[in-house]
Amino acid sequence: MATTEARRAAGTGSPAALDPLDFLDVDALLSDEERMIRDATRGWVRDRILPGIEGWFDRGEFPTEVAGELGQLGLLGMHLTGYGCAGTNAVSYGLACMELEAGDSGFRSFVSVQGSLAMFPIWKFGSEEQKQEWLPRMAAGEVIGCFGLTEPDFGSDPSNMRTAARREGPDWVLNGTKMWITSGGIAGLAVVWARTDEGIRGFLVPRGTPGFSTKDIERKLSLRASVTSELVLEDCRLPEEAVLPGVTGLKGPLSCLSEARYGIVWGAMGAARSCYQTALEYAKSRVQFGKPIGGFQLTQEKLADMLVELNKGVLLALHLGRMKDEGRVRPEHVSLGKLNNVREALAIARQARTILGANGITLEYPVIRHMNNLESVLTYEGTSEIHTLILGQAITGLAAFD
Amino acid sequence: MNIVVLVKYIPNPEGTPEMGPDHRLKREGVEGALDPGDEHSVEAALQLAGSDGEVTLVTMGPEAAVGALRRGLSMGGHKGVHVLDDSLKGADVLVTARVLAAVVKRQAGFDLVLAGVESTDGYTGTLPMAVAELLDLPNVTFARKVEVADGTLKVERQTEAGYDEVECPLPAVVTVTAGANEPRYPTLKGIMQAKQKPMDTLSVSDLGLSAEDVKATQEVMGLEPVAAKEAGEVIEDPEEAPGRVVEFLTKAKVI
Repeated sequence: MATTEARRAAGTGSPAALDPLDFLDVDALLSDEERMIRDATRGWVRDRILPGIEGWFDRGEFPTEVAGELGQLGLLGMHLTGYGCAGTNAVSYGLACMELEAGDSGFRSFVSVQGSLAMFPIWKFGSEEQKQEWLPRMAAGEVIGCFGLTEPDFGSDPSNMRTAARREGPDWVLNGTKMWITSGGIAGLAVVWARTDEGIRGFLVPRGTPGFSTKDIERKLSLRASVTSELVLEDCRLPEEAVLPGVTGLKGPLSCLSEARYGIVWGAMGAARSCYQTALEYAKSRVQFGKPIGGFQLTQEKLADMLVELNKGVLLALHLGRMKDEGRVRPEHVSLGKLNNVREALAIARQARTILGANGITLEYPVIRHMNNLESVLTYEGTSEIHTLILGQAITGLAAFD
Repeated sequence: MNIVVLVKYIPNPEGTPEMGPDHRLKREGVEGALDPGDEHSVEAALQLAGSDGEVTLVTMGPEAAVGALRRGLSMGGHKGVHVLDDSLKGADVLVTARVLAAVVKRQAGFDLVLAGVESTDGYTGTLPMAVAELLDLPNVTFARKVEVADGTLKVERQTEAGYDEVECPLPAVVTVTAGANEPRYPTLKGIMQAKQKPMDTLSVSDLGLSAEDVKATQEVMGLEPVAAKEAGEVIEDPEEAPGRVVEFLTKAKVI
């Protein structure tokens, strides 16, 4: 975490000591500004998330008051420009996701949904009026957004969605159900995707619109510090101004998902880092057979494997971030990142759990919390199976799904 | 209000500092940060300056010390001054005070100079007084609350027993305690704007100081670890404990 100046000064002397948490000195690949954004997010997570997360996860709560703090810091819609958004580059957004998820996937999910799934479509496809009306308040955390694409019967297969909007005079009337919607129950605005005669369109549905209701999903064992809900639309009438004018077709919601997925590529490595760090500290202090378990070969193999995959994953995330900032990243690249990093993060979490032994199953350590959270992350925003098939299609030219 | 804040870049505030062969703290090539104590004086300055005031951050130190200025600028400071000069390596408190006082003098129309109570690396706690003396300004230390009303500075000065209410004319030099406020987080916008803000880098000669002015008159001859405190007495018998505690406190004349 040294500044460029300190680094340059250090360059003349002996090489810096190896840092178990930044083994490859990835820090040196970041700009001062990127490091400062990372450190500011890390500091906030340390002060505001870590002290409370055990209780929130245990009780299945998301503390909605943090929305305003996240807005004040500038983390909501941070990679968007104008309308009160900070306008950072993609790497900074990724670094923030990593730090948030090192706290808990629930908070990274909240920020992903707010910035990439709710604000991004308005910013990208919305009218000027829609942008003015919603984006500044969403950037400030005053209005929480959610994104309705998945349905009870259509997850990986959104093109067959049932939710439909039909024109009735000057209005649109929406009917259907959306499922597994992060932040649904606390959202002031839902971005709902529905089929129309023209193709799939996006609708801005404010809370309180007659015919629109939400119901939170209870009894989750993953992402417990996050609200997951069902959205119900029953003859929900919306004016023409509620439609996002800039996009028709599935490419609208899919482009949002690609944005959010990019953040997950980084976020997963945050959860993995937390697990690795916990396991490393534990292995150095836990004594069995008269010595720290970190001194046994089997434990060292686990730690070394975790270190290798963590560093590879962070380098991959950074590479995709640089490509994104240069406008070269493709959805297939992001699929590769999400597939690898979430898979490896989950493997790291499970491996870390074994190092912690029985202690690994309690909420006193973050490991099983991350492990359970990552089960959701593996599935949402494109399952690992679908990302595999996207890659398969990209390299063979043969589609294994429609 | 125009406020100058004296800030310091210190090595590794959360880790164990390393000492060099010259018995001085290793500063080169070591990770560092804005002294956490200084975040409170920056915060106090930002609150006092309000929307129309200006907060100037001043530091002296190696190249990396610019990190302390950037951090303060990202919190909302307006401009930074970095005194960077090889001849300042090993500077003692008096030399540092001469340099910082010379920088403050160049800030036209300043109303107030704020600093931390002491640095988190050196802990001498004497620099702000020396700066005040060199500038011939009043100095109030250990401020837990700073207000300005009708051109007069009102300070609640932390003491062992409570606090004193102190008033003094402006400009003045004030040291701010960690209890004075809760420093704000730098916002993303603040971080991004920080690099656009004016930053001056000055040498000793830019400040009109001579080689003699910046020659340290103190020399560190050696280092001794502080004697470890004796372990306390542990009383395990719950029957015996209350009586022994009362006896101890009575002896200490606490009760």
